[in-house]
Amino acid sequence: MGKPSDLVQGTLDLLILKTIALEPMHGWAIAKRIQQMSGEVLQVQQGSLYPALHRLEQQGWIKAKWDESETGRQAKFYSLTAAGRKQMDAESANWSRLSAAINLIVSEA
Amino acid sequence: MRWLSRLGVQFRMLFSRNRAHRELDAELRDHLDRQIAENTARGMSDESARAAALRTFGNPALLRDQAHDTWNWAAAESLLHDVRIGCRTLLRTPGFTVIAILVMALGIGANVALFTIVRGVLLKPLPYSDPERLVTLYERSASEGLGMFNPVAAGSFSEWQRAATGVEQMALVSPFQNYNVSAEGGKLPERIDAGFCSWNLFSLLGVQPALGRTFAEADDEHSAQSTVMLSDAFWRRRYAGDPAIVGKTIWLDAKPYTVVGVLPASFLFNSAFGGNTVQVWTPVGHEFPEALLKAYDDHEGIVMARLKPGVTLQSVLAQLGAVQAQIKKEHAAGGVNGAVNGRSMLDDAVHDYKTPLYALLAATGCVLLIACMNVASLLIARTAARGKEMAIRTALGGGRMRLMRERLTESLLISVMAGAVGIGISWAALQLLVKMRPDMNRVESIRIDGGVALFTIAAIASCALFAGLISALGADGKRLLSALQESSRANRGSHQRATLRRVLLVLEVSLTVVLLAGAGLLLKSYQRLRTTDLGIPINNALRLHVSLPESRYKEEVQQVAFFEQLIAGVRALPGVEAAGLVSTAPGQGWGGDSLADTLEQPRRQEDLLDIHRRAADPGYFAAAQIPLLRGRIFTSDERLSRSDVALISLSTAQQLFPGQDPIGKHLHFGYNKDVYEIIGVVGDVRWDIHEPPKPTMYMPLYGHDWTGATIFVRGRNVESLAMPIENVVGRLDRDLPVSNVMTFRESIAKSTIDSQFDSLLILSFAVIALILAGAGLYGVLAYLVTQRTGEIGIRMALGAPRKQVMRLMLLDGLRPALIGLVLGLAGSAATGRLIASMLFDTKPLDAGIYTAVAATLLVVAGIACMLPAWRASRIDPMQALRTE
Repeated sequence: MGKPSDLVQGTLDLLILKTIALEPMHGWAIAKRIQQMSGEVLQVQQGSLYPALHRLEQQGWIKAKWDESETGRQAKFYSLTAAGRKQMDAESANWSRLSAAINLIVSEA
Repeated sequence: MRWLSRLGVQFRMLFSRNRAHRELDAELRDHLDRQIAENTARGMSDESARAAALRTFGNPALLRDQAHDTWNWAAAESLLHDVRIGCRTLLRTPGFTVIAILVMALGIGANVALFTIVRGVLLKPLPYSDPERLVTLYERSASEGLGMFNPVAAGSFSEWQRAATGVEQMALVSPFQNYNVSAEGGKLPERIDAGFCSWNLFSLLGVQPALGRTFAEADDEHSAQSTVMLSDAFWRRRYAGDPAIVGKTIWLDAKPYTVVGVLPASFLFNSAFGGNTVQVWTPVGHEFPEALLKAYDDHEGIVMARLKPGVTLQSVLAQLGAVQAQIKKEHAAGGVNGAVNGRSMLDDAVHDYKTPLYALLAATGCVLLIACMNVASLLIARTAARGKEMAIRTALGGGRMRLMRERLTESLLISVMAGAVGIGISWAALQLLVKMRPDMNRVESIRIDGGVALFTIAAIASCALFAGLISALGADGKRLLSALQESSRANRGSHQRATLRRVLLVLEVSLTVVLLAGAGLLLKSYQRLRTTDLGIPINNALRLHVSLPESRYKEEVQQVAFFEQLIAGVRALPGVEAAGLVSTAPGQGWGGDSLADTLEQPRRQEDLLDIHRRAADPGYFAAAQIPLLRGRIFTSDERLSRSDVALISLSTAQQLFPGQDPIGKHLHFGYNKDVYEIIGVVGDVRWDIHEPPKPTMYMPLYGHDWTGATIFVRGRNVESLAMPIENVVGRLDRDLPVSNVMTFRESIAKSTIDSQFDSLLILSFAVIALILAGAGLYGVLAYLVTQRTGEIGIRMALGAPRKQVMRLMLLDGLRPALIGLVLGLAGSAATGRLIASMLFDTKPLDAGIYTAVAATLLVVAGIACMLPAWRASRIDPMQALRTE
């Protein structure tokens, strides 16, 4: 079970931040949402999801809260903090720049 | 302030670990449940829905660990965890743990103590300014070996001072002088150690006085007024630290001296001739008689010099060597040296301690190594006992690093605790040493400081690493797997670990043998020294020293009168069987020697016999019990009429007059024209216990410029005679102190203290090593017995007699002991030469010692092996097979 590379890890962080930017979500929902939004391309393994969530929480970018879920069970809901929003904006900008650049090269060649 | 909030999260997590764990579990379970629900909704059966969910989920335990790892305290926590496990493991076998800690504590303690001493005495720079430019210079006689570092004649010193261009300053120092301090202000008279020095000694060393001034050049003139500088200790002790002491007068040898200054407490003189007990300093140019200041053949001092920057000692020695060779050419008479020698001042001060200290340091290093090996063995044994657990953990993917870390933590725990105990041990050892050896040069600089603390930490860390790594080596992962495969019959895997332990044991035993052999040699040498025949019986004898100040006893008649009354008074005391006076008693060392020639058979210059000169009164020979072999002793009128008669020792007679009767023949010396008629031959005695008897001649005590004398008393209860004799002296002269009061036996003990000290220290290390080796042997064998219980059970069930089992186990333990013994003996033979200089009348390859060491080791090894072997032979076969 290899560790995700830095790029993937960083990307996963961004995806998580983006996903929960709209509303607080629990882990399973985050995974599902990413999968759906990427058109089933990105399958987030729990193996990387939860460490990522904990890491982001440690960084102070997201915060967690136990709440009743749609099934009536208690679940841990993650939401963005102010610092997390700033981080998300910075990373999105960075990502856009990077992907645009890569896109340029890929399409030109 | 993000880091602050982050820190807050970490703290919260750290303190709510259990909750965090529970929450994580709940979260993961929730996720799993949802996945299952989704799968079921897609039409899977319950069973396959769960399986599919678990498949995408991966290993939940690992997942948890990974999440766990992102919590930053994971590293700290796992260390805490390791420490907790380590403590628990150690506590499970408290006896073993205590032994391991003590074993290592002894090793660490001894090493820290020795390092502190070596650092303080040998390595720290001398407490003077720019000490690396300070050197001590000597004359050197032509003969190699003896006479390499001869004291310097004042005449030579003046010539050197004129000629040496590479030297900033040069001072003549005579640190082995004495004064009688007169009784005054209700204080008793006392005899103190004193030093004569050139006026510039203190500026040469860079020492500022605490009070007053140091000597001026004018003080160093023969015609100058008498001046003195006090040491801090003497000033405080005798004058209660009187701040107004400068300018006051004190009486030394019944002469008034003006105190010009007090030296700082930090100033302690260091030289090969001692001097750190010097209480007062006086200018040498003023104190030495004028004739002595110009003499080239009377060696009374050492020369201290400060080299100019960039100048080497070698170049100065070359320059002065030429000067000295010229002096020798101009004054060809005996007693003038033709060469110079020198060494750094530090080297000079600690020269005598170098070999013993480094030998001791090596010995303690061995003890520490042995201790570490024992602890490693202990850890290996523990790993072996937990072999199956380890194997399972390895199989389950438990990291090798993790296992290794556990072992390192364990050895670190032992080492740290041992270090704490060891520091206590070393502190106590140092206190003891400083108390036992205040006479040692530089003893004052022995201190536990930052450097020592660093050394201690390094020692603890390397012990932990050494023991931990060695034991980790014995627990290789693959081997553990094979242990798992062989499951209950874990014999093979454990055999391999036992092999490692055996190798350790062989090394341990061989180091022990080296230590034992060294200790044996030193002990034998000390024993030889103690039982050396001095030429006279050492029991029931007391000696005391009195020294007459020339200022008060100018006339020889006065001296004669004093000594006459003194010895008569002493002889009249009840309990005194015999009493006599001598200038230097046997065992008291060098007391003046000269090159002698005979009138009847003149010798060539280079064949002159170097003989010790002693002055004695007629009663001395009976008191000392030196046998008269031929002729007669002095008569009392001879000593009064100052007849130039002499007694010679047997060896003198044999060398000067081989095969002839020396009585009536004549002796004379180069330094004056006096001729002595030989009237008798007496037995040989040793002046220095470390050296064979030297040719000696005795002349009458009175009228030959001897102002000091040792009273030698024989009696049944000599200890109780000291006070009455001091009273006799006090009645004759209330200002005359009696010094060096000790029984003859004590005085011998004092001159053998170095050997006693060295041999006792090394012996204690050797005994520790022996105990450790014994414990090691026992441990390995006891472990083997437990490991082979099943095998032994089968053997016995198949009919092996108990005796055979016992022999088998004994051989198992004795084999490494024997190999170690052979290696150790070879090692001792190789290293024996290193301590040869510390031995007296003992060869480094002493068959007796080697045999004794081998026997001791075999006895200890035998005992250590006997118990487990006996236990093995008692094993009940049925019981053993059942446990299998």
